[in-house]
Order: sequence, then C-alpha cells, then structure tokens
Amino acid sequence: MSLYVDIEKTFPDFKLSVQLEGGDDVVALLGSSGCGKSLTLKCIAGIEKPDKGRIIINDGIVFDSEKGVNLPPQKRCVGYLFQNYALFPTMTVWNNIACVIKKPKSQRHSIVEDIINKFQLESVKNLYPRQISGGQQQRTALARILVSEPRILMLDEPFSALDTHLKWRMEQEIASVLAEFDGTTVFVSHNRDEVYRLSDKIAVMNNGRIETTGTKKDIFDSPKTLAAALMTGCKNISKAEKLDDSHVKAIDWGIVLKTERVVPNNVKHVGVRAHHFRYIPETSNEDNTFPCHIHKIIEEPFEKTFMFSFGAGADVNLRFEISKEVCEKWDSKELRVCVPADKIMCLEG
Amino acid sequence: MDFRPFTISIHVAIFATCVTFLLGLAAANCVYKLKRGKGIIDTIFTLPMILPPTVAGFFLLLTFGRNGFIGRFLYSVFGITVVFSWVGAVIAAIFVSFPLMYRTARGAFEQIDQNVIYAAETLGFSKLKIFWTIKVPMAKAGILAGTVLSFARALGEFGATIMIAGNIPGRTQTMAIAVFSAVSAGNREVAYIWVAILSMMSFVMIMLMNHWGASNKRK
Repeated sequence: MSLYVDIEKTFPDFKLSVQLEGGDDVVALLGSSGCGKSLTLKCIAGIEKPDKGRIIINDGIVFDSEKGVNLPPQKRCVGYLFQNYALFPTMTVWNNIACVIKKPKSQRHSIVEDIINKFQLESVKNLYPRQISGGQQQRTALARILVSEPRILMLDEPFSALDTHLKWRMEQEIASVLAEFDGTTVFVSHNRDEVYRLSDKIAVMNNGRIETTGTKKDIFDSPKTLAAALMTGCKNISKAEKLDDSHVKAIDWGIVLKTERVVPNNVKHVGVRAHHFRYIPETSNEDNTFPCHIHKIIEEPFEKTFMFSFGAGADVNLRFEISKEVCEKWDSKELRVCVPADKIMCLEG
Repeated sequence: MDFRPFTISIHVAIFATCVTFLLGLAAANCVYKLKRGKGIIDTIFTLPMILPPTVAGFFLLLTFGRNGFIGRFLYSVFGITVVFSWVGAVIAAIFVSFPLMYRTARGAFEQIDQNVIYAAETLGFSKLKIFWTIKVPMAKAGILAGTVLSFARALGEFGATIMIAGNIPGRTQTMAIAVFSAVSAGNREVAYIWVAILSMMSFVMIMLMNHWGASNKRK
C-alpha cells in the first residue's frame, strides 16, 4: 500500500516539481494557496498530465513519461475528495452513491444501505445535494468515494467550506475514516492545526516545490526553511546572520541570540513562535533576556497578544501570545522578555 | 384548401430537429472544452445563423447538388437526389437550425462545474457515461431551450429551403413557403391562415422555452 510521486510540469510562469512518498499513512501537503497543492493532486488523479516523471500507486505504474504510460483517471482508482465535494447535482444522495458501484444491481442495494447508515445519511437519502447541509454533502462525497474502492485517498482542503462548529465534527469523522482506510492518504491543507491533528507526515510545499518533508513533530519542532516556519504558524521571523556555532544575530530585531542547536552555516532567517517567549519579571542573568517595549496589546477570547520590539528604537513588531490568566498582573509599559535558547529556529532560505 | 404544407413542415422540422439535436450536442461537447482553435471552430459553427438564407442555400446547392461532392456521393451510392426534394428541405432546416442548438448547448455545458466531471472520471465513469448521465442532465434546461429554438427555426425556414428544395406543392412546399406562394398569387385568405398558424406556433414555443428557463432558475 503505497504511493510514489516524482513529477515535473512547467507552465509559462510556474514550475511544479514534486517528490512525494507515502506508505499506509496520512501525508499532508501543507502550503499556501497557489503553491501547486491541488495541481499535484490532479496530476496523481490523472486529470492533469505532468511533463515528465513517474507516479506509482500500490506498485502499479499509472504514469511514466519514459515508458509512455499515462493511465486515464478512470483506471487509477484514486479517491479524490474535491474542495466543493463535486456531487452530481441531478442525482439524489442515494443515486450519487449507487451510480458509482460497478457490482450487479442485487448487491448494490445492500452496499448503499450500509454506507448510508454508517455516514448517518438515512434521513436525507432521497434529497438532492443542494437540499442538504455542508456536512451531509461532505459525508455523501466520502461515502461515494469509499464505495468506489479506491487504492489511495486524496482530500483537497476538505474543511475550508464548512462552518467552524461543523469543521470540528467533520474532522473527527474523517479522522476515523482515515484510520480505517488502508492505503496512502494525501491530505492537502493550508491550515497547520488540521494538518497536525490529521496527518503523520508533512510535506511543506512552496512555489511549486516540496521544500521539506518529515514527521509532523520534526516539521513543527524544527522547520528547516522559511516557508515551513511560516506554514507551521511561526509569527516572528527575522533576517539572520551566523556569528558562531551557538550565536546568531537577528538583524531585524537588533539582538544577538544564543542558541542551543548548532547554527547552520547557511542560516538566513531566525524564527521564534509567539507562545515560546517567556516573561521575566525582574532583572535576572538568564540568557537571551532583553528589555522590550510594548506597542500594543490585542485581546483575543482567551489570550492576549503583545506587540513589542526589543529596544524602543526598532520598529519591527514581534508577537507574544500568552493566556489571559498568566499576564493579568502585567501592566507596565516596559517588560523583559526571554527568548528560550532551545526554542530558536534557524532557517535556511 | 391544401393542408399539405402543414404536414410537410412538421415532418421536416421534426426530422431536422432530431438530427440537429444530436449534431449540436456532439459539436457543443467537443468545442466547449477546446483550448486551441476554439474561436475559429465556434465561428464556423455559428455562421449559418448569420449568413443570409440565400447564401446558405447557395452553399447547400454547391455541396448537395448533383455535381457537389456530397450530392454526387449520395446519388451514386444511395440514389438520393437532394435538390428539389423533401431531403433538401430537411438539410436546409438542419443547416440553419444547427447553430441555435450548438450555441445554447455549449453555453449550458460551459456552466457545468468542471470538478463534477473530474470527480466522475476519478470514480471510473466512461466518457460516454459522463456525457449522458452527468453532462446532459446538468445542462438539461439549456438543451431543452436549444431544441425548442431549433425546432422553431426549422419550422420557419424559408430562404435556404426555397433555394435547394424549391416550391413544389405537396412535396417541398412548407408553410413558410406557402405564405410566400399565396401572397404572390394574390390569395390573401390562404396567406392569413398560414400566417396565423405559424405565429401561434412560434408564440407557444417561446412561452414553453421561457417556462423551462424560469423553472431551471428556481433550482
């Protein structure tokens, strides 16, 4: 049960170059919109034809430019959940699912009945897609894909069209579907939280290229590149210059940081997550502790965001997020912030 | 009074609409997703709608006449003479009604969410199955409208018909031509009757079309 992708496709103003491997797990493609995530899925599904490369699904070659293999989408057995679900609008929920089954009519009925029960679509089975909720539409689309017995699953931004309260529920439902499914799942999203909750492996995509691949823990703990840091939600990033193996100069912030990890030679940026800063009440000798100037305090439902800079002169705003309970006592304009040495992320490129 | 023009017109229009329906759908389905050459092919397919009917008729005479390249083939293989025959009237009606079917169907296909088609492909639907079970039902309103328009156009065809099929009472004289004949013969009463029948039929067809268009919008 696996997926192997190594493809290239060139457009006048864009180049897609993707290397991707998946076993019996969930691989997330994390990237901002327009970076080529959906295009990658379309190439795997056979909707778009790459210029060169190979795509192998479960040991079967579905595309190989050198051997001249290019199976049509019909023969690739790929379950593709579209962002807008792409249900057939002229068919009822029942027919949307039933029309996909290739088995004889006698078996069809029980298969549809089973999957409709499983996805709690009993009450809407005779309605048309436009008459049911977004969540029900998504369940119908998933049910339709599963009865087609795909070898791999591909989910294209599955939650972007759902309301917040539905999102959470559908995410849990999809998580249980993915747990049952044996085969690679490719999950495309620009939302780091969804990606972290649903996937095992993450490939960060930027400008048509896969920049880094790794387990989700790796990618979130130490994103290697600027794009990976941004996509995993790092809000504080500065241009950087290496001083020695354990010291890096954050140029935009006007400070020198001591790091725990060895600073790579080609470091270009340094990043710190907004909730990794620490508040230091009094003068202390801790490393990386700097006086800072608060410009603005933004209140969120359960936390506060401090916009600050190191030293009054710098006009670059850093973000420090902390729960309200913790920061209730602070009110001075001046405070001291510690940048923990083990939380500093050195970014190449 | 001779009522044969009514039967001839209806027969010609029904037959022509059947052919136009299939040709128009096929052409629309091929053209709407073209990337290159769409403009020129679209222009050629739309041309019969804009051409003066006599010019259209002249083209048809050139192609389907005894010495025309299709006309010669039809005569030598099937023994069919197109000029001054019922077949000629049908061909003229197909020719002028085709752009209406093609354009409305193409417009309706263009409205279809491409992802739905992609989804059908990944779910294993053949091209033919996608066409008949997904595209045609989704474009139903446009296709119906196109069919009615084509039928109306075929029914009212005059210029190209008279060029290629002539005006033979009982064989190629359609209602539209009967109006012309009656007026030139000074037979006003007969003209009134055909004019009334044709106007009423056109009126009803437009009503039907608007009704389908409106019920489609409510969806």
